[in-house]
Amino acid sequence: MAHSMAQPAPQEGETRRDFLQLVAGSFAAVGVGAIAWPFISSMNPARDTLAVSTTDIDLKPIAAGSAITVVWRGKPVFVRNRTEDEVKAARNVPLSELKDPQPDQTRVKKDQWLVVIGICTHLGCIPLGQKPTDQRGPFGGWFCPCHGSAYDTSGRIRQGPAPTNLAIPSYAFTSDTQIRIG
Amino acid sequence: MATGLHKSDFQNPVIRWVDARLPVFTMMQKEYGTFPTPRNFNYFWNFGALAMVNLVIMIATGIFLAMNYTAHTGMAFDSVERIMRDVNYGWLLRYAHANGASMFFIVVYIHIFRGLYYGSYKAPRELLWMIGVVIFLLMMATAFMGYVLPWGQMSFWGATVITNLFSAFPLVGESIVTWLWGGFSVDNPTLNRFFSLHYLMPFMIFGVVFLHVAALHITGSNNPLGIDPKGPQDTVPFHPYYTAKDSVGLVVYFIVFAALVFFFPNLLGHADNYIPANPLVTPPHIVPEWYFLPFYAILRAVPDKLGGVLLMFGSIAILFVLPWLDTSPVRSMRFRPLARPFFAVWCLCFIVLLYVGGKPPEEPFVTIARVATAYYFLYFLVILPLLGRLERPLPLPESIARPVLRGGGPLPAGAMSKPMEKA
Amino acid sequence: MPAFPSLRALVLGLGLMAGATPALAASESISLPDTRFSFDGLFGHFDRASAQRGFQVYKEVCSSCHSMHLLAYRNLRQLGLSEAEVAGIAATVQVMDGPNDEGQMVERPGRASDRFRSPFPNEQAARAANNGAYPPDLSVITKAREGGADYIHALLVGYEDPPAGMQIADGMHYNKYFAGHQIAMPQPISSDGQVEYHDGTRATVDQMVTDVTQFLTWAAEPELEERKAMGVKIILFLTILGGLAYAVKRKVWADVH
Repeated sequence: MAHSMAQPAPQEGETRRDFLQLVAGSFAAVGVGAIAWPFISSMNPARDTLAVSTTDIDLKPIAAGSAITVVWRGKPVFVRNRTEDEVKAARNVPLSELKDPQPDQTRVKKDQWLVVIGICTHLGCIPLGQKPTDQRGPFGGWFCPCHGSAYDTSGRIRQGPAPTNLAIPSYAFTSDTQIRIG
Repeated sequence: MATGLHKSDFQNPVIRWVDARLPVFTMMQKEYGTFPTPRNFNYFWNFGALAMVNLVIMIATGIFLAMNYTAHTGMAFDSVERIMRDVNYGWLLRYAHANGASMFFIVVYIHIFRGLYYGSYKAPRELLWMIGVVIFLLMMATAFMGYVLPWGQMSFWGATVITNLFSAFPLVGESIVTWLWGGFSVDNPTLNRFFSLHYLMPFMIFGVVFLHVAALHITGSNNPLGIDPKGPQDTVPFHPYYTAKDSVGLVVYFIVFAALVFFFPNLLGHADNYIPANPLVTPPHIVPEWYFLPFYAILRAVPDKLGGVLLMFGSIAILFVLPWLDTSPVRSMRFRPLARPFFAVWCLCFIVLLYVGGKPPEEPFVTIARVATAYYFLYFLVILPLLGRLERPLPLPESIARPVLRGGGPLPAGAMSKPMEKA
Repeated sequence: MPAFPSLRALVLGLGLMAGATPALAASESISLPDTRFSFDGLFGHFDRASAQRGFQVYKEVCSSCHSMHLLAYRNLRQLGLSEAEVAGIAATVQVMDGPNDEGQMVERPGRASDRFRSPFPNEQAARAANNGAYPPDLSVITKAREGGADYIHALLVGYEDPPAGMQIADGMHYNKYFAGHQIAMPQPISSDGQVEYHDGTRATVDQMVTDVTQFLTWAAEPELEERKAMGVKIILFLTILGGLAYAVKRKVWADVH
């Protein structure tokens, strides 16, 4: 029994203690790190949220020149049945005039159908242009009332602060008149 | 101190800079680094630290569960099952939270029993003890409201029965119950406020725990001998001695915890709580969570409504005055040969009450509960005050570092570890 | 042996729990036969073929009265069904969706993400169709009954003729494992070959009961396999960490003693 506290231990014991503490400490650190993962992971989309990530859309009721808005993953998706004039307008623009140059052909799967995520790439507002009474802006596409971004009939940014074109969701034609987004 | 800066002893310039302006590092060093701690703790002294860790686990899992929980009578049950099925690791968070509550009570009960055995409530630690009882009360309120949230049958009927306790009070009882419910039965307003309070109260507990620790660091810890350290030869610095020792206890605690969560997650729960709440059907046999059973047994031991409620609250309230009921100047029961068997019987009564609390209110359980309840109070109100006068304690050791157990009787099970451990 | 006080604490803790558990479980003690299942034990896992057959039993027998509203068709992927099989199963039911652009609710074929369709729109309708009795939802039934899978298995094979002298109420049936012994549900799985298994397994009553119990347990605790596997790893890890922590503690304290 030692009567005074904590006498300095011999050198050898000291190193062995340091090594042990290092190993135990690293083990504990690994454990704590592993515990953090379930917490972080739990904030990612849950399985039911991921499961409803496809939306089927029937294109038949959409007349030429009109558009519908559907919800996909809680976001609006614009599906527009473009007239021939609108397609032509979109394709006649030289790419050099565009802020985010993309030919119209790469933005559609079928010439007449334009499918874009209806969220302004500036700061997330929903642009106007879906309803016949909406103003569609100077380029006949969409116009964002928040900060004045104007999109053309291919959903490309033509004027205003938005940096990029309206995004295209991943989608596929499941038949001639039906698409599935997601 | 013209500059008003704290004089810091740290070498690292960043730490030194911060410490000079806000001496948190000095404080940590003082309270958890060099803090002089009696050198003779046994492993029962782990449980305070374990309770602290447990509280942190409850708050962490709770915050993440709340991100996916819906406090609405129509959706609560399904939202909990969604956590179990669809949220990534949601089952782990929920089972850890539910079993964490049980672990918390196991740890705190052992912590309290340790305090009772070694006389940790005696002067000068009376206030420390009373703050601890406040923590216990807050824990019970928090656990009760948390159990309501999944909105199963036991949630609903537990809430109904426990809130109805307040109706026992004359005149104001009914109004209090209506006020608690926010309606005329346990319903959506009740669920919403319980969720709100269940989220709030752990932080109140955290605050009171801070006071508990602050008070502890004024008086210093008690120890298995119950005598005060007489100098540096009786103490060791908290770090690394007790950080190392607490770590061992912590790992053992985690193994028990993990066994529950991963292999017996519903062992301590009740199957009826996986049946959605139905206000029109009471399950045939309703019981509270296991950690309330001793008090539930006391409630049911009294045939009078108000009497039962008062006795139940009294069984905890009595702990507040315990420091003045126990008049013996000797803290540790190691040196109290008479008090030891009486305390052992009290512990037995507590466990018996826990057992009969889960039994239907019929014979022989009612009689057993009454006898155990009577002893529960007798121990505090009569036995301890009398023992203080009548008992002849064993001679106390001279100091912690030199424990002279002259003529010491046989040591009780809980005190077998040598004061100076050969660890 | 310095570790003893904490071990004793542990035993005390476990004692507290052990004291509580029978208290909770023993309310109505009809002793259940202990059936062995693949998901029992530390390394328990689901028998997927059995659970798939159990789903078939649920679909063809139980689902006419019992809902399982917490499950979605996509969950069946976990039992080893392919995406196409799940889509096919989902498409066999009509699901109410809407409102459409005209404001009408419409029925459409089910999708993988849809929940299992319930046989009745609400509890009242279920009671009306079942002589006043409410067939409980089976989503978490093995967690919601004392005895769990053992109880469900026992209940399904527990139909017998009532003992002499026992009066059975109108529309009730005798079951030796049901609390009170009178159950509104007629024996659901009663004859060999009641379900025709696709995998060629002989559909004896016992086989069907075992399969549906397997399925219902999976439905109630889909996390069971992941949970137990993780538990084994974590406890192994903690055991090693415990050894290290104890070694460190001994080293640290060596100079005091």
